[in-house]
Amino acid sequence: MKYDLVLVRFGEITIKGRNRNRFEAMLLTRIKSALKAMPKLEYVRGYARVYIHLNGESYEQVSDRLKDIFGIQTYSPVISSKHDLEAIRETSLQMMRSLKTEPKTFKVSVKRGWKQYPHDSIEMNHLVGAHVLRNTPDLKVDVRAPDVELKIDIQHESAYIYCEVEKAAGGFPLGMNGKGMLLLSGGIDSPVAGWMAMRKGLKIEAVHFHSYPFTSEQAKEKVITLAKRLAYYSGKIKLHLVPFTELQTKLAQSGHDSLIITLMRRSMLKITERLAEENGALAIVTGDSLGQVASQTLGSMNVIGRSSSLPLLRPLVMMDKQDIIDCAERIGTFQTSILPFEDCCTLFVPKSPATQPNLTLVERIEAHMGEELERLIDEAVQGTEVLVLREDGVEAPAGESKEEDAWF
Amino acid sequence: MKTYYYDHSASTPMLPMVIQTMSELMKLHYANPAALHKSGAEAMKLIDRARASISDRMGSEPGEVVFTSGGTESNNLAIKGSVNKVARSSKHIITSAIEHASVFESFRQLETFGIHTTILPVDRQGKIRPEDVANAIRKDTVLVSIMQVNNETGVVQPIREIGQLLGEFPHVRFHVDGVQAVGKVPFSWKEWGVDLYSGSAHKFGGPKGLGFLLVKSGNELSPLLSGGDQEQGTRSGTHNVPGIVAMSQALRLAVESQEARRERMYAIRRRLLHIVGDIPELLFNGVHSDEADGETGAAPHIVNFSYPGMRPEVIIHMLEKHGILVSSQSACSSKSLQPSRVLLAMGQDADRASGSIRISFGDEHTMEDIEILGDRLKRVVAELKPLERNSK
Repeated sequence: MKYDLVLVRFGEITIKGRNRNRFEAMLLTRIKSALKAMPKLEYVRGYARVYIHLNGESYEQVSDRLKDIFGIQTYSPVISSKHDLEAIRETSLQMMRSLKTEPKTFKVSVKRGWKQYPHDSIEMNHLVGAHVLRNTPDLKVDVRAPDVELKIDIQHESAYIYCEVEKAAGGFPLGMNGKGMLLLSGGIDSPVAGWMAMRKGLKIEAVHFHSYPFTSEQAKEKVITLAKRLAYYSGKIKLHLVPFTELQTKLAQSGHDSLIITLMRRSMLKITERLAEENGALAIVTGDSLGQVASQTLGSMNVIGRSSSLPLLRPLVMMDKQDIIDCAERIGTFQTSILPFEDCCTLFVPKSPATQPNLTLVERIEAHMGEELERLIDEAVQGTEVLVLREDGVEAPAGESKEEDAWF
Repeated sequence: MKTYYYDHSASTPMLPMVIQTMSELMKLHYANPAALHKSGAEAMKLIDRARASISDRMGSEPGEVVFTSGGTESNNLAIKGSVNKVARSSKHIITSAIEHASVFESFRQLETFGIHTTILPVDRQGKIRPEDVANAIRKDTVLVSIMQVNNETGVVQPIREIGQLLGEFPHVRFHVDGVQAVGKVPFSWKEWGVDLYSGSAHKFGGPKGLGFLLVKSGNELSPLLSGGDQEQGTRSGTHNVPGIVAMSQALRLAVESQEARRERMYAIRRRLLHIVGDIPELLFNGVHSDEADGETGAAPHIVNFSYPGMRPEVIIHMLEKHGILVSSQSACSSKSLQPSRVLLAMGQDADRASGSIRISFGDEHTMEDIEILGDRLKRVVAELKPLERNSK
C-alpha cells in the first residue's frame, strides 16, 4: 500500500499538565532531526500527536526510524482519501486486505471532524463496515475487543483512513528529565542501562575509563562504537574518555588485592562525580545488576555507592542476565559488546575479590593514600578527552577525518 | 589512432578518483589491519568504514559483507562454503546452463565429490524459467545458484521471482552471482529473498583482485581458506586495505549514478542493436532492448551477436586494426575456440555459438562513438564477406 501520512501518537507526556506543550515541542524537534535525511516530509502538530505528510518519501524508512524515538507511544500509516463515500469504502477495504496478519474481527470508528459532511459518524460506521464485511468472507464485527480497529477521520481537506498501529519505543522525550552521566564499560550491561535511562527522558553523557597500554586501542574503539549506537537513539552523545592507567596501577599496588575492584570503582565514581559537576548532570547511571559479580553484591554496592553523593541510577538492578542480553540485541549493542577486547574493569582482577568489603578498611586505605589519591583523581579529570558522537558519524575533533572522507 | 575499449564486461577502466584513493592509501596505510598498534587500528577503521559504505549501497547490514579476492572467489565461497557447511548424507544443488565458469565449474567439481547437481535449461532468449527452479527442488537440495545478469548476453534473470518461489523452501539457500549486475540493474537484498550475493570490484570501476560476498545472517559458510580468521573466520588472509576502500568508493560512484546513467546506456544499446540489425550477416543473441524493464529484460551495457561462418578471433583482430576492442563470448573463455556454452544452451547451433562477439560499453562512450563503431563494424563485415567460406 502506498501511504500518504503517518500519525504519530505521543506517550506518557500527555498527562504532564502545564509543561506538556514544551515537552511535545521537544519531541517534535527530535523527530525532525531523526528524519532529516528525508527533506520532503511535512509536520503538522495536533493534540498529543503529530501528522507527518510523506510527500512521496518511503513509509518504511520513516517507520524504521520512528520506532526507536523515545516519547512516541505508537504510530500508524494513514491513507488520505477523497470525501466521496465510494472512495472511502474502497480505500478502507484495500487497507483491510493489505494487513500482514488477517484479522478475524474488526470494528469501524468514524470521527467526523468536518461537521458539514453529509453522513454522520454512526451512519458512516455502518456504511463502511457493511462494505468491508460484504467483501471479506471470514471477517466478523466485534465492537468490544476487535483484532483491528479501522479508523476514519473525516476532516475538511480529506478523509484519513488507518488501522495498523505500530508500537514505538515509548518513554519520555529525550532530555525531559535532565541529564546523567553513564558509566560505559564496553560490556553488555552498560549500553542497555544507558538506553533505558535515555528512554526515560534522561540525557546521557557517557564516561569510559581506559588503561592504555593495559587496555588496547580496540577496546576504546569498541566503546566509541557503542556510544555511536546510543547516539542513534539520542541524535548525539558526548563521550568522556578518562585516562585511568596511573590511578589503577597505583591502586593495584596498594597491597589489598581483594579490595582492588572496590577501590577502583570508588575512584571511578569520584571522577564521574567531578565530570557531572562540570557538565551539569545530576545523576550517575550504571549497568549494575544485583549479584552479577563481586562488585555488584549488596555489600559492594553499599561501600562503592558511598563514595559519591549523586543519586546512583541502576536501571538493570533487578533484571536477569538473559533479559539484559535480549534487550542488548534489540537495541543493537550486543554484537559490539561481545567483541573480546579487555576493558579496565577486568584488569588486575584478584582471584577472590571481596564480596562484602569492609567500609572502614576501605576508607582507611584511601585515607592512607591521602593527597596522592586526590592528585591522581585530579589528573584523570584533567586528562579526560571528550568526543561528540552523532548518529551519522563523529563530529571530528581534528582535521584528519576530513582528508579521509575523500576516500569514500 | 584512437582506441575504443568495448570490453567493460571483461573489466572496466578504473576511475581516476579511485586510482588516486588507492595510491594514497597504499602510501599511508600499509599496516596490517589485524595488528594491535595504532597504525593497524587505523587501517581496521578504514575497513570498517568501507564495509559500512558497501552495505549502505547494497542495502545490507555491515555484518553481512565478506571481502574476497573477486567474483570467482565469491562464487566459489558461496557454493562450496554452503555445501561443505551443511551436514547431510545426501546433498543436491541447482544451477543453470548459462552460469559463469566460476559457478559452473564449481558445480562440476562438486559433482566429482558425490554432490547431486541439476543444471537447468534456458529458453531461446537465454532466460531461466522460475517454475523450473521450483520443480527441481528436492528434499536434500542445499543451494540454488543463479546469475542476475549473464556475462555473455546481458540477459537479466528473474531473480525476484525465483527468490519468491524459494521462500517456500527455507532449507534451500539462494545464491545470486551479481558480478555483471552491480551498478547496472536494480536489485533488492532485503526484499528479493536472496541469501548470498557476489560482486566484483573491477566490473564497476574498482581495482582487480577485490570482491565481496553478501551473506544473510544465519547462512554460515565453511571457509575455503584456513588462516588468521579474518572476516569472522569466513575468509582468512590479510585485508587489502587500499583495494577494499577503493572498491567501496567505486561502488558508491557506480550506484549513485545508476539511475541517471540508465537512460543513456539503454539509448546507446538501442542504437547499437539497430546497427547490428542493419547488417544481415550478424545475428543478435539475447533479449531485445525494448523489452528491458531492468528486472527481467536486458542489462544496459552488453550486446551480443554472432557471425555464423566466421571465426570470432578473425573479427576481433580485424576490429582491433580499426581501434575497436571487443571480446568473443566471455573474455576468460574466448581463447578456447570452443562454441559458447551459453549460446548452445540457448538452442543455437554450433556454427552460431562459435562465432559470437560481445560488445560491452560504459560511461565513457558517447553516441558518436557508437556511430563510429557501427561504421567500422560494417566495413569489417564487408571485408570479410568474400572470405566467409574459406574461414570455415
